[in-house]
Amino acid sequence: MIPDFLNDPSHWGHFLFWSAFKVMMAFAIIMPMVAYSVMLERRVSAAIQDRIGPNRVGPFGILQPMADGLKAILKEDFTPSHVRRIYFILAPAISMIPAFLTVAVIPFGSKLGNQNMVIANLNVGILYTFSIVSLGVYGIVLAGYASNSKYPFLGGIRASAQMISYEIAMGMAAVPVFMLVGDLNLGKVIAYQADGAWLVFKQPIAFVIFLVSAFAETNRLPFDMPESETELVSGYNTEYSSMKFALFFMGEYAAMISVSALMVTLFFGGWTLPFMGLNETATSLAGGILHILIFLIKIAFFMILFVWIRWMLPRFRYDQLMDLGWKRFLPLALANIIITAVILWIGHL
Amino acid sequence: MEALLFYLFASLTLICGLLVVANPLTRNPVTSAMFLVLTIVSMAGLFVLLHAFFLAAVQVMVYAGAVIVLFLFVIMLLDIKSVEQKGFNPLSLFMGLLGLLAVGGMVIQSILRSNVGQGLKPQLEGATKELGVELFTHYVLAFEIMGVLLLVGMMGVILLSKKDLK
Repeated sequence: MIPDFLNDPSHWGHFLFWSAFKVMMAFAIIMPMVAYSVMLERRVSAAIQDRIGPNRVGPFGILQPMADGLKAILKEDFTPSHVRRIYFILAPAISMIPAFLTVAVIPFGSKLGNQNMVIANLNVGILYTFSIVSLGVYGIVLAGYASNSKYPFLGGIRASAQMISYEIAMGMAAVPVFMLVGDLNLGKVIAYQADGAWLVFKQPIAFVIFLVSAFAETNRLPFDMPESETELVSGYNTEYSSMKFALFFMGEYAAMISVSALMVTLFFGGWTLPFMGLNETATSLAGGILHILIFLIKIAFFMILFVWIRWMLPRFRYDQLMDLGWKRFLPLALANIIITAVILWIGHL
Repeated sequence: MEALLFYLFASLTLICGLLVVANPLTRNPVTSAMFLVLTIVSMAGLFVLLHAFFLAAVQVMVYAGAVIVLFLFVIMLLDIKSVEQKGFNPLSLFMGLLGLLAVGGMVIQSILRSNVGQGLKPQLEGATKELGVELFTHYVLAFEIMGVLLLVGMMGVILLSKKDLK
């Protein structure tokens, strides 16, 4: 019953079908993850504040995300009269899309059958990721501009400065990883870590800078300056309601998932585990699924970290944020690059 | 297929480029900046068709991701309306023509000197290592001059923004 071209790599339909299939699968996995990250956020925050949290919808409240989604769709989609309408409609979509595009080059498993579990095996994978991540700022900046009122505007301005600053620190922190690996392909990064130790042990400073920058890039506390509800009402999304607001909300969580996936790939060995032969490419279907599960569990660990830190730390002041990015992280990341280069050079002598 | 994509990206580049400077519907500078983003992204598409993946990624990262965000930042902070109302200025026309001649001459020169239709030199395709080697051997002078230019620009900005702290 299975058509021939599904097993024939030289057929044009083979590439088309499997790429489309993997895109659908990645989307179908990420969307529920976004929904349940919100759920996780609410339950963990409740636990930290000694509350119970949402537990009414379904057993243990596990159907809460459905109720949230339904509520977002059914609410009135109100457009204030003073907004710049085209950008106002475009901005939520622009903030959502980059988070999903990033996933295209991240290997989320070894092999399922004879298919590599990565949507696009690009030889400049990480540069693609950074270029897409850098587009994420437009959604927020345009939302601030389109809303045409003061608090969203301040949020947009803050976002543009903050995200550019931390993009630089983030990119510089990732450079030593690729100096060690010798390749920009994310699949090669995982192969390198499978052969030796995870890169978090070889480049701890790079990891710390990358992690903190990831918080700033996704606008999470302690760096949620663009939203900053105690100063700016709700920042860039103040004027938004209903599904448009929900898109910003989901975009934030999707960005957290994709940046977690990136950290897992760069520093924590991607889909590999250093025991029970899980470093090898899977030969069976069960092994392939196991690798995907390992990858998702590692992402879930980072999501818990993101949520946990949000409810543990107070917000930075804006000048502290800029100082940290430009005066601490950037020099530290540059020094890390030079030290790594010297060590590599000594190793080659 | 590749020809189709080429015409798609090339026409997108040209149309969006035109809309940056001569948008018939609006003179809003933010709209111009957003069309510039589209121009740059379509140009990155052209680079991909030339198998210059590195160049495409860096193009999007540096220009679309950082430079134009700074444009937006400045446009949103400055009061653009006062600039819009200024009338025709013969000096700016002259400077514009001068710039057009210089850049146009450079573009025509480089088109005449290259083998059009041959694609990129193989060593400039895709991989970053070959690109790095070329930059630090064959093109090292241009590379260093560009570095000095960027440094001067950066120092200028620092000097200007620190002018009241004598």
